[in-house]
Amino acid sequence: MPHPPEHAPVPHAPRPSRRAEVAAGLGDSLGVGIGILPLGVALGVLVVQAGLPWWLAPALSIGIFAGSVELLLVSMIAAATPLVTIAITVFAVNFRHVFYAFSFPISRVTRGLPRAYSVYAMIDEAYATYVLMDRERLSSARMVSGQLAMQTYWVVGGLLGVALATALPEPIEGFEFALVALFVVMTLDAVRSRRELPSALLAAAAAAVAIVAAPGNALLVALLIFTALLAGRYAVTRARPAREDSDDA
Amino acid sequence: MPDLGYLLAAVALGSVVTIALRALPFAILKPLRRSKFVAALGRWMPAGILLILAVVILRDEFVARTGHWWAVIAATAVTVVVHLVGRRRAVLSVAAGTTCYIVLINLV
Repeated sequence: MPHPPEHAPVPHAPRPSRRAEVAAGLGDSLGVGIGILPLGVALGVLVVQAGLPWWLAPALSIGIFAGSVELLLVSMIAAATPLVTIAITVFAVNFRHVFYAFSFPISRVTRGLPRAYSVYAMIDEAYATYVLMDRERLSSARMVSGQLAMQTYWVVGGLLGVALATALPEPIEGFEFALVALFVVMTLDAVRSRRELPSALLAAAAAAVAIVAAPGNALLVALLIFTALLAGRYAVTRARPAREDSDDA
Repeated sequence: MPDLGYLLAAVALGSVVTIALRALPFAILKPLRRSKFVAALGRWMPAGILLILAVVILRDEFVARTGHWWAVIAATAVTVVVHLVGRRRAVLSVAAGTTCYIVLINLV
């Protein structure tokens, strides 16, 4: 009986095909999509109720593409708020994105147009989805198609909202909770391992202080306090590097 | 209704500010890629940032619905339980929590 044949050089594909990467990206987007779509609907409803032209909903989702600020801008635009005030508000509310650059896996995205799009479309949900993922599993096609899908949910949701508000006089309330639930779920996933516990505790402390001390600007203040606390943590771990070396993955 | 020029200017201004806030930090951090401090922040920030976002958004919902504060707690509890019991499938947990919230807000 002959020896079992040596394994033929099976075309062992180390990288999934581009189509599989795009499918993976669409899959990534579904989890956050259920949070984004209702917000898009809320945006569209708001635009119509404020008496603004319908195209403002897709224009905001394409031009600005930053959930909370889009909703805020609808009421500001409806009230004919001065442009300077609008610019300052957008700056204040979106300043949190500055902190994402430390950890968003932008290096996985191909330079040029894909990377430019990925930076432009770095909404909270995209940050949360891809920052938690194993970098080895991330590809340019996956991230860009995931982000494109997320933006599509916003635009489609906005158009649905416009249609809904035009058809129904009194829409059902409470859809906005999808965003709350989404971030609760993503936090649960982020703080699974013990290693994340120190950061989670520092963040909780920062959030508590910010909500009490600066209720009007809690998000930004919490992020600033958290960053300061992490700088302190870094200084402490530097002072005794031997003990904390095992912490580095 | 505001005129067309104002609408376009508002969207364009918001767009420029947002893109700058997303893009400039990457450009600034690029020369610091080898910095151990930046690397440590990159490793420590994600879980904390998500927690802060969750807490602040939750607080905003409390403030927006003072009459239904208990619904916020109930729906959050449902979301957490479904997520931990249902093998961490975000779609399922978000759908369960949101459905619960909509029912409580509109019917109770």
